[in-house]
Amino acid sequence: MLQSSTIDVERIRQDFPILQRRIKGGHKLIYLDNAATTQKPRTVIDSISNYYLNYNSNIHRAVHQLAEEATFAYEDVRLKVAKLVNARSADEIVFTRNATESINLVAKCWARQHLSKGNKVLITEIEHHSNIVPWQLVTGEVGASLDYLLVGDEGRIEIEDFKQKVHDPELKLVSISQMSNVLGTILPVKEMTKLAHKVNVPVMIDAAQSVPHMRVDVQDLDCDFMAFSAHKMLGPTGVGILYAKREILEEMPPFIGGGDMIKEVHKHNTSFNDLPYKFEAGTPNIADVIGFGAAIDYLNDLGFESIREHEMQITEYALERMNEIRGITIYGPHIMNERGAVISFNLGDIHPHDLATILNDFGIAMRSGHHCAQVLMEKLDVSATSRVSFYVYNSKDEVNILIDALQRARRLFGL
Amino acid sequence: LSEDIYREIILDHYRNPRNKGRISDADVSFHDSNPLCGDEIDIHLKVEDDIVKDIKFEGRGCAISQASASMLTEMVMNKSLTSVRDLGKDDILENIGLVNLGPARIKCALLSLKVLKMSMVEYYASKDPESAAEIREGSRLY
Repeated sequence: MLQSSTIDVERIRQDFPILQRRIKGGHKLIYLDNAATTQKPRTVIDSISNYYLNYNSNIHRAVHQLAEEATFAYEDVRLKVAKLVNARSADEIVFTRNATESINLVAKCWARQHLSKGNKVLITEIEHHSNIVPWQLVTGEVGASLDYLLVGDEGRIEIEDFKQKVHDPELKLVSISQMSNVLGTILPVKEMTKLAHKVNVPVMIDAAQSVPHMRVDVQDLDCDFMAFSAHKMLGPTGVGILYAKREILEEMPPFIGGGDMIKEVHKHNTSFNDLPYKFEAGTPNIADVIGFGAAIDYLNDLGFESIREHEMQITEYALERMNEIRGITIYGPHIMNERGAVISFNLGDIHPHDLATILNDFGIAMRSGHHCAQVLMEKLDVSATSRVSFYVYNSKDEVNILIDALQRARRLFGL
Repeated sequence: LSEDIYREIILDHYRNPRNKGRISDADVSFHDSNPLCGDEIDIHLKVEDDIVKDIKFEGRGCAISQASASMLTEMVMNKSLTSVRDLGKDDILENIGLVNLGPARIKCALLSLKVLKMSMVEYYASKDPESAAEIREGSRLY
């Protein structure tokens, strides 16, 4: 099969042990649920074992050799993350449990301080629940409210709508995803940030779907906050990242209290540690942060330009083939530059869960449901969609099998 | 395999659901959904002399959840409430002919029975709280 992209998929597949396993019926695993979580290369798995086998220790406190090695490995990943998104320094990178926790941290430690009655937070209709619920909670607490940018044709956000809403004098924060986890829409976050800054409104970017798939530069975007997670980019679960501008982090109160986030503790008061440790109370997820470092190395070796190129090719091919299927409805942008490697669709009156069951017979792991985006589902006027999402190890051969499986589903349901 | 699941009878009940709609003077109605997959079922009941005089359902979701609801209404129509109370998980799975559903899909098949049981809990709530509590216990099917 032709693989014209700059990525050697067959070679990459050798690095992912799970891709060798078989699914019920003896089929090869075709993993198309990458927007939910990605598979892990052996180097990531090995780096976690290596930590536990050879230098397991708590970090930051002890002076023995193991602690020194573990601390170095953990902090080295912070440097890698800073470099990955081009933060000005590593102390602008806070490790959390996941992207959701990163957003909640901003809601609790920044928004809770800056919002008061009548104020607004602006988000969009395409947001994942993780970028809706924290704002509902915090605006509810202080008597502020949530405003939404509407989703237009093909899942686009209209910049005119944004221009109008951003001028609301009550607006205190904009929080938007850079890439939709349902439609794959890429939002013009740089332009939006510029417009928001003109009226002194800070911007948070939910980059959980974008950082894994394309070059993201926080200085270029000039965003104030950014959240993403390791497990959607070949890393382990349990590691989220919050980027924030240093001057903002400095004036934010701590998130949770405990060890490691303190400088001095007295009976009745505590002075807090420097950035970013002020926000990392308790023993962190050392092993998985170290594993994330290996994931970043792996992706850097492939190169984000090549990754994006590969994903655009495979998505374009999949869209083309899927459009041949009678009765299919595909949601989201048709122009490749405006979308990522996520395709949401429905096939006739086959419910996505039924479709997922049928596709599983072919070894295909596909997502079905509301994708934690019920606001968007309401807008699209569907209760659920099917979703395939690609990553570095997916091939056009796999797309061909997907198409066969969809045709089989059509026949089974008599469409 | 999916051929075993999506048999003609399931697809027929999915496409042409029986007893679908509302009952304007229902004695009791209940709604529930599966938060993970989004299947939704409403059940409306009309009871006379402890007999299910009428039952209708509304809902949306996958073929399994909707066909199972449709088949359940046929199963309990004109039956005594006591016999409906005794219905369990296996009765439903046998009724729809899907005894080997995996853990991910079994909830789809059982949602309508759960909703039916909860509507009976409502029905008995004031009349017979003890029965209501017992049925509520039995409604935890998954």
